[in-house]
Amino acid sequence: MDFRSSEPPAGPSRADALPETATAAVKVVIVGGFGVGKTTLVGSVSEIRPLTTEETMTQAGVGVDDTAGVERKSSTTVAMDFGRISINEELVLYLFGTPGQERFWFLWRGLFEGALGAVVLVDTRRLEVSFDVIGRLEERGVPFVVAVNSFPGAPEHPLEELRAALDLPGSVPIVVCDARRRESSRDVLMTLMRYLHSLAMTPKAS
Amino acid sequence: MSDPDHRHGEGYGWEDGSPERLYVITGGRSGSLESAPLDLVTLIVARSAPAPGMQPEHAAIMRMCQAPLSVAEISAYLSLPVSVVTVLVGDLLTDGDVLARAPVARAELPDLALIEAVIDGLQKL
Repeated sequence: MDFRSSEPPAGPSRADALPETATAAVKVVIVGGFGVGKTTLVGSVSEIRPLTTEETMTQAGVGVDDTAGVERKSSTTVAMDFGRISINEELVLYLFGTPGQERFWFLWRGLFEGALGAVVLVDTRRLEVSFDVIGRLEERGVPFVVAVNSFPGAPEHPLEELRAALDLPGSVPIVVCDARRRESSRDVLMTLMRYLHSLAMTPKAS
Repeated sequence: MSDPDHRHGEGYGWEDGSPERLYVITGGRSGSLESAPLDLVTLIVARSAPAPGMQPEHAAIMRMCQAPLSVAEISAYLSLPVSVVTVLVGDLLTDGDVLARAPVARAELPDLALIEAVIDGLQKL
């Protein structure tokens, strides 16, 4: 039930309010191409209905000369859906689903800074999108796992074949999931956490 | 039903997301990490009820932050960009109207205890 009115919305419902004891929050970023199921994954494990935050991309209207010298600005609104999981009384985990194109990542300052890690959500019908994303995350040093969202009718590839196709290092976990299912999405997050745990246990080679 | 893609549509004299409107709300300032080190997941808590005469957006933040709420959630409930919310929350922080509970930075890792806590919590889902 969404009402649009000129009054500012009241904020979270009582059920969606965090306890007073919530003192720390961490975030995980779900990255993937359009329609790969980011919001579905976020929604299936989130304790709140996914919310949408927006950022406005403002560009000076270059090359717009038919407005006769009037400086025009055009703005594009880009949305990012996110959800929330209360880990315990103090700790809250936020999940942000962001488009795969890097230019969107800069809209939300610090989206990856401070993130525990990322999940690259992959659609086997459009592998090429993920290729780019994986490269960018590697460049930024963001630890990630790959989750293949199983769409009905999508070609089924053995995971090792997908790993090779994505040029994924052997150490990076790759799993199949059904983003619509809560346990399946939960398991994806578990895979990421266990991977982060193993990274934290391994002394960094510098 | 709300369609996020068309939320900023017709029907309003002033387009919600228009640069002009956002400029007025923030007094022309833009969100900057230097002035307010706020993360998307920094939890904000109001220290009191909103004061009478507060700018409506400030008052709205004060009202919704009676319990802790992340910057991202404030942005979503206010339908304002994060960069604008950062400025507004920064004002409230400066005036001591709200407190910020800083996010756990990855720089503090490797924090096995933190990761283990998350694993524990997920297992209970």
